[in-house]
Amino acid sequence: MIVAGCDVGSLTAKAVIMEEENIISQAVVLAKTRPSESAGDVMEKALKKAGLSRGDIRFAVGTGYGKDQVSFVQRVESEISCHAKGAWWNRPAVRTVIDIGGQDAKAIQLDDKGKVVRYIYNDKCASGTGRFLEVMAEAMEVDLEKMGDIGKQAKERITISNQCVIFAETEVVSLINEGKDVSAIINALHRAMAGRVVSLARSIGVETDVVMTGGVAKNSGVFDALADCLNLPVNHLDGIDPQINGAVGAALFAREYA
Amino acid sequence: MITAGCDVGSLTSKAVLMKNKRIIGSYITKSRVKPEVSAREAMQGALQQAGISEDQITCCVGTGYGREKIPFVNVAVSEIACHGKGAKWLMPSVRTIIDIGGQDCKAMKIDASGKVIKFITNDKCASGTGRFLEVMARVLGINIEDLGRMSRKAKTPVILASTCTVWAQADVIKYLNSGYALEDIGAGINTAMANRIAILANTIKAEKDISMTGGVAKNEGVVTTLSKTLGQKIKVARKADPQLAGAIGAALFAEEHKTEQGGKQ
Repeated sequence: MIVAGCDVGSLTAKAVIMEEENIISQAVVLAKTRPSESAGDVMEKALKKAGLSRGDIRFAVGTGYGKDQVSFVQRVESEISCHAKGAWWNRPAVRTVIDIGGQDAKAIQLDDKGKVVRYIYNDKCASGTGRFLEVMAEAMEVDLEKMGDIGKQAKERITISNQCVIFAETEVVSLINEGKDVSAIINALHRAMAGRVVSLARSIGVETDVVMTGGVAKNSGVFDALADCLNLPVNHLDGIDPQINGAVGAALFAREYA
Repeated sequence: MITAGCDVGSLTSKAVLMKNKRIIGSYITKSRVKPEVSAREAMQGALQQAGISEDQITCCVGTGYGREKIPFVNVAVSEIACHGKGAKWLMPSVRTIIDIGGQDCKAMKIDASGKVIKFITNDKCASGTGRFLEVMARVLGINIEDLGRMSRKAKTPVILASTCTVWAQADVIKYLNSGYALEDIGAGINTAMANRIAILANTIKAEKDISMTGGVAKNEGVVTTLSKTLGQKIKVARKADPQLAGAIGAALFAEEHKTEQGGKQ
């Protein structure tokens, strides 16, 4: 049986196709203006990779902020449920999922059955979301993808005192003008970002195993800073792109409903 | 007796010279990296306007975020206290002062004597501060001074649902790309700003007369919308530039300080 999950986020759309226990195809595309268009695009891409057509999909579930505008899904599920389900399927020992996306951050606590116990999310303030890093990368004219590595070269430990993205950007500009090393600034930004997300996660309690998902999990600087700040080991999901976890969860729901 | 007040803010620095509680010189300048340089520039401007020299100043009080770094002041006094005192001088009937600075906003209540009895301040989040308007004006490609009158010209103001400056900026870009009229977007920005300030004002239970000081008091769109939201007319002092409130308060404190000192001797 072939099923699909489609996670339409604010910045990217993700699709996952599963056959029984296996992910047989996946795709990530940048979001278009219309969520319906992004969903269609990403699904086509995933189908093409697998050499399948729409008719081969027995059941499809949508999630993410644009989920209600996806025409080809039979059901929708909340992002929280999908992220929890995806992470638990990948790593049954997981009790806390920390997901940092382009425009939000969430922390989800699960029980040993994979059920969501409580969760919290921030989509009101750009601080502590992927947008924070994007703005800083632009201000410093560095590649977003390279930030993780650059931050590791820091020789000096400095602190960013502002939480607000707008104020922190000004702070970064003054640090550059003061002649501070870009690597030290990036390192400080990763710690600032981790600190913000950890305080969000701690408000619901953090238990091991901790898993970090979302596009920002690809930044090793933030990933390590998160573990440091929590003073706990933080894990990647096993063998999958951290960005597609929500879509995996949606596909798992599709398998149940089919 | 001539006294001086110097208010070194994050974006602008202000100096005021007073004689018998009247302003004889004032100056507003963009803040430099070093607070002492900004303070010196503002003070020189005010001295020049008044046509006097620095040694004629009996006492000088410093305020604002850079107050501890001004070399020529005799005493440093908190911004809250100075704004309370300055606003009271600008408008004696005032009981609630909403001061929006370049990177912060404050709301305070004062008693009949001008003493601050309650206050709340935000300097953690750019939303609701002058910085919010600055960011938005830049996105619209207009001068911040031109933003205020857009509320009057707007036909159907847009709604900015996000509080966060970063998200609101993204919304504004979307509206621009979708071809909305500049005035409608500008008006939406002013309303979003006013709504944010209203939350602050409601927290301290604003009572009349309510006055606005700081640079944003010059934005008529924000002032009018805020008046509507609070159900109270916001009065903006005409006696002097509302941006000078902190420096005026500082100069008045300088006079009191000297008088007290004189009494003791």
